[in-house]
Amino acid sequence: MNKLKNTLLNDSFNRAYSSVFSILIGLLFGLIILMISNSDQAVDGFVIILKGGFSTGAKGMGQVLYFATPLILTGLSVGFAFKTGLFNIGAAGQFIMGAFAAVYIGVKWTFLPAPWHWIVALIGAAVVGGLWALIPGLLKAYLNVHEVIATIMMNYIGMYLANYLVKLTVYDSKKALSMNVAETAVLPKGGLDQVFFNHIGTTKDMSTVNGGIWIAILIAIVIYIILNKTTFGYELKACGYNPHASKYAGINDKRNIVLSMVIAGMLAGLGGGLLYLAGANGRHIKVVDVLAAEGFNGIPVALLGLSNPIGIIFSAIFISYITQGGNYLQTLNFVPEVIDIIIACIIYFSAFALIFRNILPRFIKFRKEKKAAKAEEQMETTTAAEVEVEAQVKEEGSDKE
Amino acid sequence: MSILFLVFQQTMFFSIPLLIVALGGVFTERSGVTNIALDGMMIMGAFTSIFFINQMQATMSGQSLLLIAILIATGTGAIFSLLHAYAAVNLKADQIISGTALNMFAPAFAIFVARMIQENGVQQINFANTFRIQSVPLLGDIPVIGGLFFKNAYITTYLGFVILILAVFVLYKTRFGLRLRACGEHPHAADSVGINVYRMRYAGVMISGALAGLGGLVFVIPTSTNFNATVSGYGFLALAVMIFGQWRPLRVLFAAFFFGLMKTIASAYSVIPFLSTSDIPSDIYKMVPFIATLIVLAFSSKSSQAPKAVAIPYDKGSR
Repeated sequence: MNKLKNTLLNDSFNRAYSSVFSILIGLLFGLIILMISNSDQAVDGFVIILKGGFSTGAKGMGQVLYFATPLILTGLSVGFAFKTGLFNIGAAGQFIMGAFAAVYIGVKWTFLPAPWHWIVALIGAAVVGGLWALIPGLLKAYLNVHEVIATIMMNYIGMYLANYLVKLTVYDSKKALSMNVAETAVLPKGGLDQVFFNHIGTTKDMSTVNGGIWIAILIAIVIYIILNKTTFGYELKACGYNPHASKYAGINDKRNIVLSMVIAGMLAGLGGGLLYLAGANGRHIKVVDVLAAEGFNGIPVALLGLSNPIGIIFSAIFISYITQGGNYLQTLNFVPEVIDIIIACIIYFSAFALIFRNILPRFIKFRKEKKAAKAEEQMETTTAAEVEVEAQVKEEGSDKE
Repeated sequence: MSILFLVFQQTMFFSIPLLIVALGGVFTERSGVTNIALDGMMIMGAFTSIFFINQMQATMSGQSLLLIAILIATGTGAIFSLLHAYAAVNLKADQIISGTALNMFAPAFAIFVARMIQENGVQQINFANTFRIQSVPLLGDIPVIGGLFFKNAYITTYLGFVILILAVFVLYKTRFGLRLRACGEHPHAADSVGINVYRMRYAGVMISGALAGLGGLVFVIPTSTNFNATVSGYGFLALAVMIFGQWRPLRVLFAAFFFGLMKTIASAYSVIPFLSTSDIPSDIYKMVPFIATLIVLAFSSKSSQAPKAVAIPYDKGSR
C-alpha cells in the first residue's frame, strides 16, 4: 500500500497522470460534442473513436503504426527543441523538405543497391531537414530573431519550394502526386507484414506499415540517451533552463542553440523520409499549398508525451490511433474533425498540467495527515494501563538487545 | 497608371487585415501575454461573421450587413480569446501551449460546424460580395488620390486606419494605455501602485481577440467568395509583422504595408509588366513575402524591444 502511494507521489508518474487526465477530459468533451451534433448516434460514434484502428482489425492497427511513425519523429523534433528551450513550430517545413529529399533520392538514384538505397534516402532526408532548421538556428543564435517567427517563415518557404521541386523533378502528372520510389528505396517490412494484414478470401489485404516504426522507436531511444546520459545532452538542456547560467559555466550557448535546431530539423526531416519511402500503396507527396499536418501534429504529440522521448512514442501512437478512429466516424455521418477538436481540448488542458500535477500529491498528503491526526486521537484515548504495557514491551525489547 | 492603382488596391487588401491583427498583437504583448492563437481567433471571427452573412444575405445586403458582420466578428474573437486569457492569467499556464490548442481548435471547429449545419454538408461557406464601394462620392473624383484610396474600396480599409489612430491614442495618451504597458514591462511595480494586473492582462488579450476576429473577416471579404476554415496563416504573419514593427503601432503600419506589397507582388506578378515577362515559376513568387520578412527580421531583431514581462505568468508571490 505504501509502495503504491510512493509511486503516486513520484514526480514522473504524476506527470504521466496529468497527461492521462487531460486525455480523459478531452474525450469527454468529444462525447459532449457528438451528443450535441447527433444525440442518437453519439454513443456509437464515441465507441468508434475509442476502438480507433481496431475497427478494421489487424490491418487497421498496422495503419495506426504507419501513421504514428512520422508523428514520433516530428514529436521528437518538437520535444527535443522544447527540452533545449526552443519552440520548433517549423517541423512542417523540415518534414516536407526531408520528404522531398527522400523521394528524390528514392526515384532518381537507382544506381544504389538495395539496402543502401533506402539508407541513403533516409540520410538525405535527415540532412535536408537539418539544413532547413539550420537557418532559423543561426538567425536565433547570432541575430536574435525569435525562432517561432523564423521557423513559421521557413514552413511556408519550404512548402512552396518542395511543391516547386516535386513538380520539377519527380512529379507524376497523371495522378497529380509524386512518383513511386524505386523498389530498392522502399523500407523493408521488418517482420511486420507477418502480423498486420486482413484475410479477404484467400488473399492477404496488407497494411502499409513497415520497418520505419522500428527505426522511429530506435531513434527515440537514441534521443533519450543523448538527452539524459551524455554531457552533450546535459549542456543542451542547461542552455534551455538558464542560458545565462550555462554561459557563465563555460557552455557555448550560441553553438548549442544552432545544434539543437539542426538536430530537431534532422528528426523532422527523417520523419518525412520514413512516411514517404513506402512503396506504391503508401503515401505520396501531394502538390498543394497546405502545410504538412504531420509537422503541426508533432506539437500535440510532444506536449502529450511531456517532451520525454519514450513518452512521445506512446503519445504518437495514441494520436494516430484516435485519428484513425476519426476516419471511420464518417460511416455514421459524423465529421472526422471531431478528433482535431478532441486533440485541441487535450492540449488545452495539458497546458494546466501544473495544476493537475499539484492536486494529486496534495490530496494524498491530506489523507495522510488526516490519518496521522486520527492516530494521535487514538493515542490520547488509550488507557494508562495500555501505555504501561507498551512501555514494558519496549523495555523487554531493549533488554534483548 | 491603372496597374499602379490595381497594385495599390491589392496591397491594401493584404495589408489592412495584417495591420488590424498585428495591432491586436501589440495590445496583448504590451500587457504581458503572448498570443500565438491570433490565427485561430481570426478563423473564429471570420467563421461566425461569414456564416451570418451567408444566412442573412437573402434579406439584407451592402454596408449594413457588413457592419453587423463586423460586430459579430469582433465579439466572437473577444469571447474566444477568454479561453486564452483564463489559461494564461488565472491558471498561469504555458501561453504557447494554450495558444497552440486554440489554433488547432478553431479550424476543426469551423469545419465541423459548417459541415454539420449546412444542408449540403460541405465545409466552404459561400457569400455574395455586395460590399465593394465602386467610388466614394466626391472623394473618388479627386485625381490620383481618389483612384488610390477611394475607388474599389471597402469600409474595412478605412476601419483599419481608424483602429490604427485609436490604438496610438489609447496606448500612449490614456491612463489605461499607460497601465497596460506597465503590466507588460514590470507587473510587480504596476501591482505595487494599485493596478490590477490580472484585469489589465484580460483587457489586453480580449482586445487582441476582438481585433483578430475582425481581421479574419477583413481578410476574407475582399480576397474570396467563400470561407474555407482558413486564413492562410495570416495570424502567424501578423505576429511577424508585430515583431518587425517592434511592438509600436506606427512601425506596425509600415511593416504591414511592406508585407502587403510583397504579397501583392507574389500574387499579381502576372499583370505587372516587367515581372510577367520573366519565366520565374509562381511557386518562387509565393515564397517572396516570407523570404523578405526573414531578411528584414534578420536586420531588425538585434535590438529587440519586446515587452520585458511578455509570456511570463504574473505571480504575486514571486520575486
